[in-house]
Amino acid sequence: MSKTHVSTQINGDSYEFLCNTQQTLLDILRHELDLTGSKEGCSTGDCGACSVMMEDRLVCACLVLGVEANGKEIETIEGLSSGSSLDPLQQKFIDLAALQCGICTPGVLVAAKALLAKNKNPSEEEVRFWLAGNLCRCTGYDKIVRAVLEIAAEARNT
Amino acid sequence: MDYVAPKTAMEASEALVQDGAFALAGGTDLLVKLKTKFISPNIVVDIKQVPKITSIEESMDGWWIGAATPCAEIVEHESLCQDWPGVVEALSLIGSTQIQGRATLGGNLCNASPAADSVPALIAANGTCVISGQTGEREEPIENIVISPGATVLAKGEFILGFKLPKPPSGSGDAYLRLIPRSEMDIAVVGVGTSVSVDKNKKITSIRISLGAIAPTQVILDGLEDIFIGKEPDEDSINKLVSLAESACRPIKDKRGTIEYRTKIAGVLAKRTLNIAYERATNH
Amino acid sequence: MNDMTQTNFERALKIVGSRPARPDGVDKVTGRALFGADKSLPNMLVGRVLRSPYAHAKILSIDTSKAEKLKGVKAIITSVDFEDFPSEFVPNGEMVVNMKDITRNVMAREKVLYVGHTVAAIAATDEDIAEQALALIDVKYEVLPHVLEVEDAEKSDAPLLHDDMMTIGVEPAPTSASNVAKRVEFGFGDVEKGFSEADLVVEREFTTQQVHQGYIEPHACLASVSEDGQAELWCTTQGPFVVRNFCSKLLGFNAAQIRVTASEIGGGFGGKTVVYLEPLALALSRKSCRPVKMEMNRAEVFTASGPTSGAKIWVKIGVKNNGQITAGDCILKYQAGAFQGAPVGPGAMCAFAPYDLTNVRAVGYDIVVNRPKVAAYRAPGGPISEYGVESVIDEIALKIGMDPIDLRLKNAAKEGTIAPYGPKLGPIGMIETLEAAKDHPHYSAPLGPNQARGVASGFWFNIGGETSSSITINEDGTVGLTLGTPDIGGSRASMAMMASEELGVPMELIKPIIGDTNSLGFNFLTGGSRATFSTGTTVVESTREAIGELKKRAALLWEVSLDQVEWVDGHARLISGDEPKTMSLAQIAKQAGKTGGPIMANCSMNVTGAGPSLGTHIVDVEVDKETGRVSIIRYTAIQDAGKAIHPAYVEGQLQGGAVQGIGWALNEEYIYNDKGELENTGFLDYRIPVCSDVPMIDTVIVEVPNPNHPYGVRGVGETPIIPPLAAISNAVSRATNKRFDELPLSPPKVLAKLMHG
Repeated sequence: MSKTHVSTQINGDSYEFLCNTQQTLLDILRHELDLTGSKEGCSTGDCGACSVMMEDRLVCACLVLGVEANGKEIETIEGLSSGSSLDPLQQKFIDLAALQCGICTPGVLVAAKALLAKNKNPSEEEVRFWLAGNLCRCTGYDKIVRAVLEIAAEARNT
Repeated sequence: MDYVAPKTAMEASEALVQDGAFALAGGTDLLVKLKTKFISPNIVVDIKQVPKITSIEESMDGWWIGAATPCAEIVEHESLCQDWPGVVEALSLIGSTQIQGRATLGGNLCNASPAADSVPALIAANGTCVISGQTGEREEPIENIVISPGATVLAKGEFILGFKLPKPPSGSGDAYLRLIPRSEMDIAVVGVGTSVSVDKNKKITSIRISLGAIAPTQVILDGLEDIFIGKEPDEDSINKLVSLAESACRPIKDKRGTIEYRTKIAGVLAKRTLNIAYERATNH
Repeated sequence: MNDMTQTNFERALKIVGSRPARPDGVDKVTGRALFGADKSLPNMLVGRVLRSPYAHAKILSIDTSKAEKLKGVKAIITSVDFEDFPSEFVPNGEMVVNMKDITRNVMAREKVLYVGHTVAAIAATDEDIAEQALALIDVKYEVLPHVLEVEDAEKSDAPLLHDDMMTIGVEPAPTSASNVAKRVEFGFGDVEKGFSEADLVVEREFTTQQVHQGYIEPHACLASVSEDGQAELWCTTQGPFVVRNFCSKLLGFNAAQIRVTASEIGGGFGGKTVVYLEPLALALSRKSCRPVKMEMNRAEVFTASGPTSGAKIWVKIGVKNNGQITAGDCILKYQAGAFQGAPVGPGAMCAFAPYDLTNVRAVGYDIVVNRPKVAAYRAPGGPISEYGVESVIDEIALKIGMDPIDLRLKNAAKEGTIAPYGPKLGPIGMIETLEAAKDHPHYSAPLGPNQARGVASGFWFNIGGETSSSITINEDGTVGLTLGTPDIGGSRASMAMMASEELGVPMELIKPIIGDTNSLGFNFLTGGSRATFSTGTTVVESTREAIGELKKRAALLWEVSLDQVEWVDGHARLISGDEPKTMSLAQIAKQAGKTGGPIMANCSMNVTGAGPSLGTHIVDVEVDKETGRVSIIRYTAIQDAGKAIHPAYVEGQLQGGAVQGIGWALNEEYIYNDKGELENTGFLDYRIPVCSDVPMIDTVIVEVPNPNHPYGVRGVGETPIIPPLAAISNAVSRATNKRFDELPLSPPKVLAKLMHG
């Protein structure tokens, strides 16, 4: 079976790859491009560990075919920090202990970043419903929600 | 498995005529079925580049919502939200934020699940859909599309291009509620869409209620006119509605709910959606 | 082991008790951290598992010939590739395991005992070929009747999972086989006499369903065995040393042949303490002499790893009108899954352990059924038995008109109490957590319509065990820590903090890593709430040894006797002399070459003296009486941590455990159909709490120091999952005036009770 050639932008860089049509964007990121920051927790869109941005929309990379990425702009957890400086949200997660095992963290950060880009002043309820697709089994979500709310408040005050 | 992304409706239909062809819109159901080997397509036809299929348009006649428009985009459309809050609420409940970024009304309908959230609301809103095929386009009421779980009336080569909703007359309101065990991320145990219109005296002039997940396909409640037309809802009429909704149920027992539970909840949600829709109608 | 003069309970602490950034924080927020499935090797094969479609069947034959001929298939293994073992219980760390069962769970031999049971495994050059090859393996089965529930499995005419299983612990010993593996009993006094003295006796039966740990990272590993039999294994595990021991026994390797490196671990909660894929990947790699990577998908995790037991329990408690408990009795019947080993022993031991009783008895039965073999899950066995007891306590409080916290205070276990399982308890925090609960504003806050408040307490032992860690003082004055217990929730931070506190150097100069199995002595796993306690103890001990060495080097450089040197704030200081003279750790380290060579220390010990941790939770629920939906409105978790090294991660344990308990209480359950197939094999229908399901989880950390740890640490990880089950059930019962005795409290069950009683 022949493969399809795909050109895409990931975190602002050009990537080209050959794609088996069954492969999901997550398969491509993890197995072909070694971008293993996006995690596979379920492969059915139920856990959010593979959250990425595609054309400025938050999606589960496990529910996008690799071939669909052709000509698209993708952003992953690997693009969240720039150079040696962490995104303030990343730093806040560390400061508030908003992670334990860390497997859900990349997906949660990508999703939270998407929320804050859209809504500068989210309520606790808005944060909770926005992140409902990002399962975390360690933290009970408390410190995650606090970190997002705090970073939103700080961003409003600067 | 092959993949094509046709640029016209005709090319899409030609691709979909092939054996083992599946249409791909948002992929939130299709990719799960692929991954779990529930289906093994020969070809996946990505219909998102077909003209009009991802657009939202408002006209004098009403609304056009492209069948492959992601729900997240529909939810951001303010005037659509004002006209059809129940429909928008229903489609906004399809999955997580991530799923919303991809999921579509066309997919939700064609997946043909009795529990599809958007379908009862679209039916209650008297929505129709435009079907594109090799011989051109045809328009069908939403309730005519699904014939049994997993099966639709769509012929080979056909796909849904978009949905039409009327402009609601003043004094209209709609609502959708579903029961899920958690607050998010679940499939509806029961879903109910209700649409009502009232006159200046707050008397109901039209009413339409559709129930999901309580029978193999969505059910439209019969006999509402006799109970509600020309009146304001009261305890007696609401009790009748609850009985009507309960008796319309032909549910299955499965991992998501018992027959008794689904039947009971159908009545509760019919009542609650009527209250919300009526409230909206009287303020519209 | 601990010189009391060196305890730090009263000492002013600089680092311990603060909230610094964790050493692995940046790796975890950037996606750089490598978890089980994140590593690959050149020339790597993909491994896949063929699983049983039947709940119970004889394997008549397995024909792999067609699959072997498929191009790209490099190795196939079945039970013939594994040595058999006699039925014998052998220690592996603190676990006692039966290798006969372990080998059969890893790879079915005579029979398959649950849907998902491994039958064969394949390594191939890619995923597609592996999948095709699986379909070409021809397995002939003779399907047998199956049994899923304990009440069916214990019947005399039930299908037998194991023809040779004779119940242990009953007199006289049975002469015929059954599905009841063992009976255990704990307690003392005379419960019948106690009940006869009671003014009120309440007894009730409870049911709980099988639940899964629900870690977000599926099991994954990467094995590479070379032609000379040297093996490398990378895997996500709570215990690399335990994995090494299991795998070496199962595959006939010696311990030194297998080097196990633990990846970052994406949650475990007890579920990553045994082996599933690891021996398969090693066997496939040994056969193909190529690296083999294996990952479970989510459905495999649910069907073929180790959830915890569903159970039937009966609890009876007698009280005087003043609230004094006169007797407590319970019978616990836990599902073991396909092989014996339900956590009914610990369940029975801690059922009544929060209380100081004169007459108490707890009887447990370990019963095999055609479900996956259970593994540990956070306080294994405790949540189930204590749910029953704490529910009856609440019912009694209502019936005698007493505040439920006051009732517990009246009977609370304290220092000197004889625990129902035998020992006399040291200092524990039951009373302190109850008093903190009573004083908390949450406890007296007003409630809205259809809302009610529930309370429950929980007890968990915690463990110590074999532990080994080392410390190196680098030439530039930085410090390396090598630890043997994988860091699941921030333990690297706690270890670095304790070393930093002891040494008096900033935590940023201390680099903790998790060593592989060749770098340290045996470590029992991260589990039993033991890491901060046990590994922490060895870190403090080895750090103190390193400080001793640093002082010795300073004495050499100053040419004074050792007793003239003390260690203060990261410096050696000359005690006598006219002028104060100090030398920093870095200065000593720089000259280590000329004072005797590199400075390092290690500590290996079997750590004892873990202190039980008690918790009390308060929850407000709102019940939608038309739909049966229960919402959690407010939640407060209070627990004795002994000493919180890093309070934010202690809070995190309390919050995470509480929310796991909320899931267990409200919606999580294994749902089987009549063929014995699991119907909810994904997160869509196995409903763990999502972010919008829960409120903020308030926490109160109580500190009653554990005298057996240098800083007073008690394990905190497990206790928080115990109280939520009963607290929520009690709240729902109070909101509806119906006594609930079944979990989960899913909407259909709650509504059915409201409609039919």
